[in-house]
Amino acid sequence: MNSGESASLVTAAPHAEPLAAPVVVLVGNPNVGKTSVYNRLTGERAHIGNYPGITVEQRSGRLTLAQHAAVTLVDLPGAYSLSARSAEEQIALEALLGLGGLPRRGLAVVVLDAGQLSRNLYLALQLLELGLNVVVALNMLDEVRENPPSPSALAAFLGVPVVVTDARRGVGFVELKQVIDRALGEPRHGHVTPVYPAALLADAARVAEALPPAWRDTDERNRALAFWALSSIEPDDELRDIPAPLRERCAEVRAAAEPRDLDRELIAARYAVIDGALDRLYTRVARHPPKRRASERIDRILLHPVWGFTVFLGMMVVLFQALFSWSDPAIGVIEQTVAWLSDKLTDLLPASILRDLLVQGVLGGVGNVVVFLPQILLLFLMIGLLEDSGYMARVAFLMDRILKTLGLHGRAFVPMLSGFACAVPAILATRTMERQRDRLLTMLVIPLMTCSARLPVYTLIIATLFPPSHLFGWLPLQGLLMVAMYGFAVVTTLVVALVLGRTAVKGRRVPLVLELPPYRLPSLGLTARTMLERASVFLKEAGTVILACTVALWALLAFPRPETPPDAPPSRAASAEVAPAAPNVRDVRATDPDVRQSPASAARAAEARIEGSYGGRLGKAIEPLFAPLGFDWKIDVGIIGSFAAREVFISTLGLVYGVGATDDVALPLREKLRQETVGDKPRYTPLVGLSLLVFFALSCQCMSTLAVVRRETRTWRWPAFLFTYMTALAYVLSFVVYQGGRLLGFE
Amino acid sequence: MVRPMTTSARNLSELSPAEVALVEHVGGERAFRRRLMELGLVPGTRVELKAIAPLGDPLELLVRGSSLSIRRAEAALVLVTPGTTEVASAREQAPRTALPAAPVRGAP
Repeated sequence: MNSGESASLVTAAPHAEPLAAPVVVLVGNPNVGKTSVYNRLTGERAHIGNYPGITVEQRSGRLTLAQHAAVTLVDLPGAYSLSARSAEEQIALEALLGLGGLPRRGLAVVVLDAGQLSRNLYLALQLLELGLNVVVALNMLDEVRENPPSPSALAAFLGVPVVVTDARRGVGFVELKQVIDRALGEPRHGHVTPVYPAALLADAARVAEALPPAWRDTDERNRALAFWALSSIEPDDELRDIPAPLRERCAEVRAAAEPRDLDRELIAARYAVIDGALDRLYTRVARHPPKRRASERIDRILLHPVWGFTVFLGMMVVLFQALFSWSDPAIGVIEQTVAWLSDKLTDLLPASILRDLLVQGVLGGVGNVVVFLPQILLLFLMIGLLEDSGYMARVAFLMDRILKTLGLHGRAFVPMLSGFACAVPAILATRTMERQRDRLLTMLVIPLMTCSARLPVYTLIIATLFPPSHLFGWLPLQGLLMVAMYGFAVVTTLVVALVLGRTAVKGRRVPLVLELPPYRLPSLGLTARTMLERASVFLKEAGTVILACTVALWALLAFPRPETPPDAPPSRAASAEVAPAAPNVRDVRATDPDVRQSPASAARAAEARIEGSYGGRLGKAIEPLFAPLGFDWKIDVGIIGSFAAREVFISTLGLVYGVGATDDVALPLREKLRQETVGDKPRYTPLVGLSLLVFFALSCQCMSTLAVVRRETRTWRWPAFLFTYMTALAYVLSFVVYQGGRLLGFE
Repeated sequence: MVRPMTTSARNLSELSPAEVALVEHVGGERAFRRRLMELGLVPGTRVELKAIAPLGDPLELLVRGSSLSIRRAEAALVLVTPGTTEVASAREQAPRTALPAAPVRGAP
C-alpha cells in the first residue's frame, strides 16, 4: 500500500518542484500539548487570523529551518478524528489537503500523547491513509514511567519519522526541526494498512466515483476521502460545500448497506490495526493501559462530594474576586491615566470641535477599550491555569449536572460566572467550549448576568427612590432589592437559556463527551502567551468597533453645536458647554476640569445643550414609546448614553439634570430626582424605579458586549439578535411591571 | 481468580464504580456513536466505570488509558458485557479487538 512518492499530493505531477513557501500543519488530539509544541517551534507570537466564513481561528507563525527559510506553521484546532459534523470540524480536512481555497500543504506534524497512544494513533492513521507527508512528534513520553512505548517501534509501524519531544521543557525541538526540514525535501508516506471488510471497500469505491474533481488524487487518497465522506456526510449535517452528487451517493450507499453499520466497520478496522500493533510498540507485552496514579489520587479529593465542592467553591471565589475586585486597581490606573491625558490635551489644544472629538470621542473611546484589559488578562490567566492543569475539565464534570438542565454544557460554568463581573471577558471565555452551539447559547445569555457596571445604576435607583425602611421591622428593603436583582438575573438567565436553546440556537444537541486529562503543572509561559494573544485580538477586532461607537455616541450628544453664548466666559468654561456628554471610560469626562471648576452656570448650560443635541431630541422623540414604562425623556437620554457602558447612565443623567458630571454626581442627582414633580406628585416613584431596575437588568445597554459577540461569531446577525431580544424582553417586562403596578393601585 | 461473568449484556450506566466491562455495542444517534467509537469504545474494548460525578451525573470512564466523561443517559446506550476486575486485568484488550469489523456481534 506504500505507493511511494507518486502518491503524494505535494510531489504529484504539477507540483513536482518544492513549494515556494511550504506550509506545515500541526495536528493532534486535544490535551496533548500541541499548543506548547507550536510555541516551541515558532518561538514568536502567533498570527491569529480566521478561516473564511466560519468561527474557527487560524493560528499561524513562521518556522525557520536550515534548508527552508520561510515555512509557515499552521496550528489546527485539536481534534480526535478528521471526520466532521460541522463546518468547524471540516476545516481540519480542508486545511490538511489544501481544499476549499486554502493553500497546499507540504507536511503535517502530528503530535501524539505517549500516555494515550492507541487513541492518538487513530488520528495519525487517518493522516497516513490520506497519503500525507507526516512527521510524528511523540510528546509527554516523560509522563509514562512504567512501560513506555518505543519510538523506534512506532516509526517502524507507521513508516514515518518519529521524534520524541518534551514541549514542557523544550527538549527535542532541534531534532524535530531537522526532521521537518528533511521531510519537506523528501516526503515520506506511511504504510499502515487497516484490513477493511470487502463490502466496505466496495462501498468506498462507489463513493469515490462521486468525489468532486478538485478532491480527486491518487486511488489511495480517493478511498480515504470516500471513507471521510461516508462517515461525515449525513442528511442533517452542518458541513459546507459538499457537492450534491457526493451527498446523494453517500446516502445511496448507506441505504444500500443496511443493516450493516458502516461507521463501526470503518472505526473498528482502524482500531484493530492499532491494537494489533500495540504488542510491538511496548516493551512489555502484558501491558495495562498506563495508570495515572497521581491524577487518580488528586481526583479522589477534587471530585469528592464534600472536599471536591469545597475546593471548587474556593477556586470560583478566587476567580470571581480576581475579576470583580483585583482588577479594580488596574482599572483605576487606566481611568486616571485617561483622565490625566484628557486634562493635558484640553489644556494644550485650543477649544474647538476637533479638540472635543479628540478628547471626548477618540481618547474616551480608547479608554473604553483599554479599560477591559485588566479583566480580560486576569480571566485568561485564570482560565489558562485551570485549563492547563486539567482542572477546567473537572469543573465541567462537577457542574454538568446543573447546567445540563439549561441545555448547556458543564464548560459554560466559568464563562457564566465571569458574566457576573463583566460580560466582555466572559464572552471571550466561551472559547473554551468546543461546540459552536454551546458557545453561541452561552454568549447569548451571559449579558443577562448582573455585571458590575449595573451596580452603580442599581445603587442610584434604589437609594433614590426606595426608602431606607425595613420589611417586618428587620429586613432592610434596599439591601433586599439589591439581592433580588441578582436573583432576578439568575432566573431570567435560566428561562432564556431554556427558550433560546430550543428555538433561536439551532444545531442539534450533540451529547457531551468530555475528556478528563491527567493533572499537569500549568505552564506560565504558555498561559502568558494566550493572555497576550487574546488581549491583542480584542484590541484589534472588538476595540475598533467600541472606539467607533464611542465617537458616534459622543457626536449624538455633542451635536448640533450651539452658538457660543455671548456671555460665556472664554476658553476653559466654554469647553464645558460645547463638550457635554461624551460617553467615556466610566466617568472620566466627569473629571473634566472645567465642569469641576465652573459651578452651576456651566452645568445649566450643559443641561440646555444636551436637551438640544441629537441625543436629547432622540430622547424626546422616543418619550411616547417609553412613557408606558414610566420613563420620561430625561431617563431616555440617560438610556441612550448608557449604551456606551451602563454606568454612564448616571453621568448622562447628571448632565441632563444640570448637576454636572463629576464623580460625586450621585448625591445631588438623587436630590434632583426626588424633587422632580409632575403636577404636585413626585415624578419618580418607587414603581418607576422598579420598572427602571427591570429595564436595566434585561436590556443590552452595552456596545462593548455587542462588539465582542460580533468578533466571536463573525457576523452582525447574532449581536443584532442579542440586542433585539434583550431590549424586547426589557421593554415587555418593564411594561408589565409599571402598568401592572398601576393597575394594583401603585403610582 | 475468575468469577463467572454476568450472563446478559447490560449498559454502561448500570455498572458500579470500579467495575470493568467489555463494550458490546454503542447505540444512540449516529454522531454520538461515531464520536464514542472514534474515542476508542469499539466493540471488544475494555472499559472501566471509574467514578460518578458527585451530583450523580455524568460518569467517568476509563478507556484505553484515558478518562472520558459522558452523561448517564448516553451511557445507557452503550451495551457492555460486565466482567470482574480480576478478569479484566488478567486479559487486556489486545486479544479481543483482533476481531476487526466482525459482522454485528451481540448487537440488539
